[in-house]
This record gives sequence, C-alpha cells and structure tokens, in this order.
Amino acid sequence: MVGALLLTFTAVTVALSYVDFGTRKANIGIAMLVATLKAGAVAAVFMHLAAEKRLIYRILIFTGFFVLGLFWLILLAWYDYPVFR
Amino acid sequence: MEIPYTVSTRPDTGLWNAKIGIWLFLASEVMLFGALFSAYIFLRVDAAPGMWPHGLLNVPVGTMNTAILIMSSVTVVLAWAALKMRRYRAYWWYMLATISCGVIFLTVKLAYEWPQKFEHFGAYIKPEALGKYEKYLGNERRTEKGMEPRIEITGHLHSQNAKEYEVALDPVNADPNNPAMDRPHFLPLPVTDKIATIEKADVERATMFLPTHSAYFASYFTITGLHGLHVLGGVLVFIYMWLPVSKKVYQRNPEHLANRVEVSGLFWHFVDLIWIFVFPLFYLL
Repeated sequence: MVGALLLTFTAVTVALSYVDFGTRKANIGIAMLVATLKAGAVAAVFMHLAAEKRLIYRILIFTGFFVLGLFWLILLAWYDYPVFR
Repeated sequence: MEIPYTVSTRPDTGLWNAKIGIWLFLASEVMLFGALFSAYIFLRVDAAPGMWPHGLLNVPVGTMNTAILIMSSVTVVLAWAALKMRRYRAYWWYMLATISCGVIFLTVKLAYEWPQKFEHFGAYIKPEALGKYEKYLGNERRTEKGMEPRIEITGHLHSQNAKEYEVALDPVNADPNNPAMDRPHFLPLPVTDKIATIEKADVERATMFLPTHSAYFASYFTITGLHGLHVLGGVLVFIYMWLPVSKKVYQRNPEHLANRVEVSGLFWHFVDLIWIFVFPLFYLL
C-alpha cells in the first residue's frame, strides 16, 4: 500500500520536474516538498516511527536539532562571503 | 556468555538494545549525509552562471533505480512480517527479493550509469573565446531570453592532437538554438554525428565526466558513491541473514532473527530515504 503510494510519488516527482513552475527555485521547492512527503511516509510506516517508544523520539529530536544547525552554518557562511553577489 | 536484551526489553529504556543502537547509528548517519547535502547546497547556490549542469544524467534509469529501491523496502518489511508469523519459507523468498533488488541497483549504478559518464567528454570554453563557438552554444539567443549562458561543449571525444579536440557533439551543442534544447529531456538523446573541432588554446579545462569535471560531478560521485557503499553494506548483512546460518538462530529463538531483520531493515529504509532526496537533487533539478 505505502509502497504503491511511494512509487506514484516518484512518478509525480519526475513528471513535475518537466513542468515549468516559473522559476527554477519554485521547481526545486516543489520537488523537495514531494521528497519530504515520501521520506516522511518511509519513516512513519516502514520504520514504524508513527508508534515508537519515547526514547527514540528523543534521540531523533536531538538529531533534527543538530542537522538543522548544520544547514544553518551554511546559511551563515553564505552571508559571510559576499564575493559572488 | 549470553548478550542481554536482544529480545527482551531493558527495563529502564523500555526497548531491546539493538533498537536503540541502530537509531543512534542512524542519527550519526543523518549527520554524515547532512554534511554532504549542505556542502551540495553551498556549492550549488554559489555556482557561477552556466557552471551547474542540468540534464546530464539518465532520468529513466534513475527512476527505475528509485522504484527498485522502494520495492526492496517493501519486501524487507514483508520478510520481517513473515518471520513474525513464523513463516520461514516466505521470509527466505522475501529476503532473496530484497537482496536481488540491492544487487540490481548496484549493478545499474556501477556497470551502466557511472561508466557511461566516464566516456562522456566536456570542454569549458574560455570566456574570451565563447563568441568563436557561438554556433555550438547559442548564447545570443539565450542572453535575449534571459537564460544562463552555455560555457561548455559536450559529446564524445573522437580524437585529439597537440592543438585540437575533435568532438562528436551532444544534441544540445549540435542544435543550440532549437527551443527543444532549452530544457532537459526525459529520454536522453544520443550523441549526434556532427563533429566539432575545438582548439585547445580556447579551452579553460576539458575532462571526461569525472569528479574533476565540476563541483556538480564531484558531489554526484561522492554522494552516490557513499550511498552505494551503504547499499553494498546492507546487501552483505542481508545475505548473512539469508544464508543457512540464520536458520539456526531462527530455530533457537525466532524473535531474535526477527529483531535482527527489523534492525537491518531500519538501516535499509534509511538508505532508501537518502536516495529519495538524491534522485531529484541530481537527476531532475
């Protein structure tokens, strides 16, 4: 069931990438949204995250926090290095 | 000595140990791939105009590989469910299906997709010489339309001497002013029989599609290579749990084998999850 859903979403991602949403940024945003939905489905159903013990959620909250921090560093570097703008 | 809490739950955590172990490991994996993806974002947003190629990868093959990986995620869940229902025979078959999917994925990647890139050639033209190759680049029209310039000529390298490259052009350089070439194609177009001569003095740098080609291919080979290593690792673990040795574990305590499959399945789903992001980022956008 979820497998079929994921395969459909894959087809949707491929199809959408050939639709022009105006800017490349819009296309990237939409494709990443679909990918996040798919990843969410994999995590919730295949990895049973929809119903898991509290300790595992705690580990993942930490992970989420640090990985967001990692992406935030990139943002800082971007504002720190104005050569190409 | 018996390893504790492989099946029974540990009172203070409420979980069996391997489950916490694999989630901690996956947390560190998130950081590993997170670092590579943030490097990808940085390289990409800072790429000079025309320096981030589009449409160089084979989309139908990538789509097929995505589907194969998703199906293997389904079969590994089915294998686990079969063990929970104490149907070893069904488990064995689902496991075989999972392993085959992993092997097909790797074969396609290593025997087809990568070698095809290694045979492809690209030459970045020096800024001052771009006008000389206008008939292959079509930049006048692109500037008019507000599109990024083309600065690279790609195709198959036929021959070269001390002064020149002879390249059988890709369709995008053979017919650069055709509006159909403005966007990548779903089915990759074959190299044309139109030959271009490029003087080495006009070339900024020229390589096959290797990691040295560009930041794009460097990140493509790094991320898909590391992902491929993860697929390989998963396949090896699955093979171990599919071989007759696993039958002994099953006969001693079926829950033990079921837990092993669950834990390696979690890893496998994570590898699938990474690919779900890799595929659009490199193949489609």
